Amino acid sequence: MSSSQRPSKLFRNLNAKVASIPMILTALVVFVGGTAWTVLYSFTNSKLLPRLHFVGLDQYHRLWSTSRWLVSIENLLIYGAISLVFSLVIGFLLAALLDQKIRFEDTFRTIFLYPFALSFIVTGLVWQWLLNPDFGIQRVVRDLGWTSFSFDPLYNSSIVIYGISIAALWQGTGLIMCLMLAGLRGIDEDIWKAARVDGIPMWKTYLFIVIPMMRPVFITTLVIIAAGIVKVYDLVVAQTSGGPGIASEVPAKYVYDYMFFAQNLGQGFAASTMMLLSVVIVIVPWAYLEFGGRKRG
Amino acid sequence: MRYKFLTAALAVTAALNFAGPASATDLEVTHWWTSGGEAAAVAELAKAFDATGNHWVDGAIAGSGGTARPIMISRITGGDPMGATQFNHGRQAEELVQAGLMRDLTDIATKDKWTEVVRPKSLLDSCTIDGKIYCVPVNIHSWQWLWLSNEAFQKAGVPLPKDWNEYVAAAPALEKAGIIPLAVGGQPWQASGAFDVLMAAVGGTDTFLKVYKDKDAKFAGGPEVAKVFKAADDARKMAKNTNVQDWNQATNLVITGKAGGQIMGDWAQGEFQVAGKTAGKDYTCLPGLGLNEVIATGGDAFYFPLLKDEAKSKAQGVLAETLLDPKTQVAFNLKKGSLPVRGDVDLNAANDCMKKGLAILAKGAVMPWTDQLLSQDTQKQKEDLFSEFFAKPDMSLEEAQKRFADIIASAD
Repeated sequence: MSSSQRPSKLFRNLNAKVASIPMILTALVVFVGGTAWTVLYSFTNSKLLPRLHFVGLDQYHRLWSTSRWLVSIENLLIYGAISLVFSLVIGFLLAALLDQKIRFEDTFRTIFLYPFALSFIVTGLVWQWLLNPDFGIQRVVRDLGWTSFSFDPLYNSSIVIYGISIAALWQGTGLIMCLMLAGLRGIDEDIWKAARVDGIPMWKTYLFIVIPMMRPVFITTLVIIAAGIVKVYDLVVAQTSGGPGIASEVPAKYVYDYMFFAQNLGQGFAASTMMLLSVVIVIVPWAYLEFGGRKRG
Repeated sequence: MRYKFLTAALAVTAALNFAGPASATDLEVTHWWTSGGEAAAVAELAKAFDATGNHWVDGAIAGSGGTARPIMISRITGGDPMGATQFNHGRQAEELVQAGLMRDLTDIATKDKWTEVVRPKSLLDSCTIDGKIYCVPVNIHSWQWLWLSNEAFQKAGVPLPKDWNEYVAAAPALEKAGIIPLAVGGQPWQASGAFDVLMAAVGGTDTFLKVYKDKDAKFAGGPEVAKVFKAADDARKMAKNTNVQDWNQATNLVITGKAGGQIMGDWAQGEFQVAGKTAGKDYTCLPGLGLNEVIATGGDAFYFPLLKDEAKSKAQGVLAETLLDPKTQVAFNLKKGSLPVRGDVDLNAANDCMKKGLAILAKGAVMPWTDQLLSQDTQKQKEDLFSEFFAKPDMSLEEAQKRFADIIASAD
């Protein structure tokens, strides 16, 4: 009797399902549960310890009228635009150059990827010294004889965020280059041969044939870069700790400072909910296009 | 049989373990005293505690109170409490006490008559919540000091100023001699603290209390406080070339004569001492910026998290008594540059600056400080405002004062 019955769908691949239970639980409890908890408590006036005393949108009102938060958002946008554009462009260019069957490719690849092995804290400290006017680049150039040379981005409020971006690019482009190189290597040799037979110049082949074929690689890269942008924190702490004044503050630092230094959990939760919201706004349309489109096709 | 023997042997070893020197308990004490002068002072506390037969496990956390406090608090709330921890007494640990995470010290306090020996009385009041005592004050620190480098003024060829106004007037001469007139480090609390000092000195005690104690936002936006912002603007201009972060680096600029002076609490004195400088000869101090000679009774205190381990709880009690012991008080405070919390100790070894402080204390010219009056949340908002104000020369006084009044309006 039982042999004629089809096994329930639930029990198909039972081993695999059992094996993934711990991860499913982790995802549900830690990620989804933690997120829901944070959003819920962002509507309370929790101070040092979480308390369920609701105050409506008060925390959000305060957040959006705080100049430090507004500066943080502005910095994040500038930093995000710079790291997105430059790490993609520089990463792709480096990869394309390495792809020209040059000698010592392994050596170059290692050199470019090496900064990625350093943490943001170390990167930040190294660049803090390099950009310090008294010990770093400015000093070296002045000692060479150009005494009016001035380069102190970390001590100038209006350009400090660009100084931080330099360090981020130095650290991150190597990885992007490697991803791109892997993508380029995945392109069939025959396509190159066909393009050459047709007499298409190399830059046109890259731009109109190779890049569109590398779409999946670009999307992976984009997600990696975007995640790095939203969570930037340690780089700023190591380089400027938000200074001069509040000129290089970022949202993640606001969250940390208000949760732990100011002992105001509610305010920190409200800020982190806003960060989550910004990620959702970016992710949802992309996921819709990416996965919604596939079903149609 | 064999098993029985084994169990017996185990039992004996266990018994031996317990029968060992029961008083030698390790107690971890966390604090943020890491600069040269501070480390020397905390070593005195450790020495005194070790002399009682217990063992002080040092848990220093580098990076000043702003970095250390979150770590301490998360250890206590996360269920991994240390034996004892430093806080500035006042409102920093208020919620931890209310949540029942801290040990009530009232029985020890009544036994040792703390209410009689601790002076001024406001110190113990800051440790008291709902009639129970939760912390041991160890020193009195006041922010309202101006530290001047005699060497710098000599080099600039101007006489040593006697108060803030003369100092501001001397700033151009200092600048001409290549000296930074006023050193203010980049850490946010330094800018905010300097402003509070100006509020107490230029504005006066009543102005200070009206703003921070009564939280009168209209007054904070008014002409009395505008005068304080004018002074803060002078300070901002004088400090614009300071390129250091930490307070002790800023103090070091004064010690080496690269800066004319610094507005900093009396903990800076420990740094002068470690550098081998003499008060009155190498450096000069002006309490209350020479304008309003009142000192605030802020300071450091030790709190004791509630522990289950009985031996450790006993050691906590011993530590609490050791901290207030007259001998410990003298040894510790001389190194730290702060004032002792007991009036009945002998401080002949005190230097020029400490004697000035003691005299003011004896006169009873004391006032509460922002740590006692404002929540950490409000303090942080103030820090954000003033670190921006000091770093941004084009931020107008009106805008800064308006934002300051807004913070006071929502202060708690």
